Amino acid sequence: MFARTAWLVLRKDLTVEVRSLEIAYTTLFFAVACVLVFAFALVKEGKAPEDGAAGILWIAIAFAGTLALGRTFERERQSETLRALLMAPADRPAIYVGKLLGIVALLCGTEIVLVPLVAFLFQAPLFRHPFWLAVVLVCGTVGFATVGTLFSAMLVRARSRDVLLPVLLYPITVPVIIAGVRATATLLEPDAELALVRFWVALLLALDVVFLTLALWTFEPLMTD
Amino acid sequence: MTIDFDHVAVTGVSRHFGRRRALSQISFRAARGTILGLLGPNGAGKSTMLALLATLMRPSEGEIRYGGHAARTAGASLRGAIGILGHDLFLYPELTARENLTFFAGLHGVPSAGDAAAAALRQSGLAERADDPVSSFSRGMRQRVALERALIHHPRLVLLDEPFTGLDDSSAAALVGRLKGLRAEGAIVVLATHDLDLAEGLIDSALFLRDGRMVEAVDRPDGLRATYRAVMTRRAEA
Amino acid sequence: MPKWFMPFAALTAVMFTASPLLIANADYESTMGLVQKVFYYYLPAAWVFLISAIVCGVASARFLVSGSPRQDRLAYAAAELTVLFGAIVLVTGPLWARKAWGVWWQWDVRLTSSLMGWMVAWAYLLVRKYGGPGSDKLAAGLALFGAANVPFIYISVNYWRTIHPATSVVPTLPVDMGTALWFCVACFILLFVLLLRLRVHLEEQRTKLDALFLSLDE
Repeated sequence: MFARTAWLVLRKDLTVEVRSLEIAYTTLFFAVACVLVFAFALVKEGKAPEDGAAGILWIAIAFAGTLALGRTFERERQSETLRALLMAPADRPAIYVGKLLGIVALLCGTEIVLVPLVAFLFQAPLFRHPFWLAVVLVCGTVGFATVGTLFSAMLVRARSRDVLLPVLLYPITVPVIIAGVRATATLLEPDAELALVRFWVALLLALDVVFLTLALWTFEPLMTD
Repeated sequence: MTIDFDHVAVTGVSRHFGRRRALSQISFRAARGTILGLLGPNGAGKSTMLALLATLMRPSEGEIRYGGHAARTAGASLRGAIGILGHDLFLYPELTARENLTFFAGLHGVPSAGDAAAAALRQSGLAERADDPVSSFSRGMRQRVALERALIHHPRLVLLDEPFTGLDDSSAAALVGRLKGLRAEGAIVVLATHDLDLAEGLIDSALFLRDGRMVEAVDRPDGLRATYRAVMTRRAEA
Repeated sequence: MPKWFMPFAALTAVMFTASPLLIANADYESTMGLVQKVFYYYLPAAWVFLISAIVCGVASARFLVSGSPRQDRLAYAAAELTVLFGAIVLVTGPLWARKAWGVWWQWDVRLTSSLMGWMVAWAYLLVRKYGGPGSDKLAAGLALFGAANVPFIYISVNYWRTIHPATSVVPTLPVDMGTALWFCVACFILLFVLLLRLRVHLEEQRTKLDALFLSLDE
């Protein structure tokens, strides 16, 4: 029942998104604009800063992710459909998981466009270790989205929700960003130490597990008035 | 396994938000096969009472019991027996009527959700527009889909918040007929409205609310408008 | 003013007035001279900052589990004190660093982690203030995540900066200045308990006032 509920919510989110593609396009455009702004700000004499690519990639993901989270839950706020979801006899954490998977899918889709763009603009050899890059991106995105989905759901009926989401999200996801950037930067080095990358990935996985467990445990009490 | 019950008992329920008292010491009982009307002006606390009955909110004081079950302990299985039609309709505008109904049917664990959705569409007379997005519907049509969504899992307790808003005469009459049908099937219907003419002849008992307080409870009311005026002005003088 | 306040406050004030004497009498540290004395306030403040954050985290968890308003008041008060003592740490730390190592800020693991924890406490206060109804639960969730995050922040910042080329600025704890240090620690803990109880008392008064307002409607 849990998996079924999560799947239904995910499928519904994907269906709604595919109809208009509004969030997908705007998030993507925003992420690209972000990267371009960094390019204009940081490129000197046609050369990109070293190590810049990793940081810029993750900042763009964080900013775009915040936007996507806000917009996704704004949709649930219209017509108060979140309340209808909460009225289902299913386990409430299942609804959370469904929403989480949708966000992760959206962000991964954005990353598929962002990575080549960053590689191209900053001449960063991001495709040297594609498997490890994918692992780092997925683990980091899941960590970020886990916290983000929970906080966005909590904020749906709060005042000042657009401003409060970054305020809540960024300090908590600092370790995710640090680990993600460091791992990506290590992968970009000419002779990348894979042992180091594995260390950061292990940290990300531990973080993902802790955050996910906490989120599943606190979703129900946080959603009841 | 969904719980079933034959009455809802509200005892001494209050709800406040900080310093604002939304409901104060409300007590009533609603049995199977009856329609209870929550009547009162805007801001009387009708929507809050419905949210409390739906277990979306917990009372600050008092208790709500569903047959022998309390909301706190029963949890998810209790929600399967409650259907709520809110003021905001709870529909996804980008999805079609059929998709909305199928989704909520699946979410509520209704077996063969697609067939249930099709049956609901036939019942509401919207079968021809089934595959149009809900955003293209008029208010009345959306209301009909929303009602079907609330009822798709055949809940024992049906909660309706201002369901007659924006309905034309024929739609309103159809809704009245549907509610009478629900009553005949043994559902407990709690209806919040300030449309007294439509409530007249439909509700079995009336609860008058004003500023969160229960001003009067009347069984088998007739001459609803006159009673309402009398009850509300009486309170103002007190 | 509750009865215990005056004697408690008097004791704390006396102890704080005495502390500079003890600090002045303590030996000079070999390399850093006078400036090192900031440490006698910096370290206790850092400990109280950490204790306060833990109190907030635990109270938030208990609030989420039991819904007890007392835990909520405690969490709110502890969060405010986390911000206060964190501010002391983040001011005295750089003051010391500037004189001792010539830079205002280093991406030292402890200072950076403290900064992050401090920001979470600030976020808590912002949510309580601007979140509207239900913000008590929201903030409790945030505090819980913040508390669970502490080891990860520490580990990640530690490894982040060790791979960055940077000078190590971790101070060692001198043993011969124990008296002055422990006295200051006692001062700060007294101050923390005093402020915490006072703040919780204020929240209790507010709750009583709300209840009075509500009963006025009857």
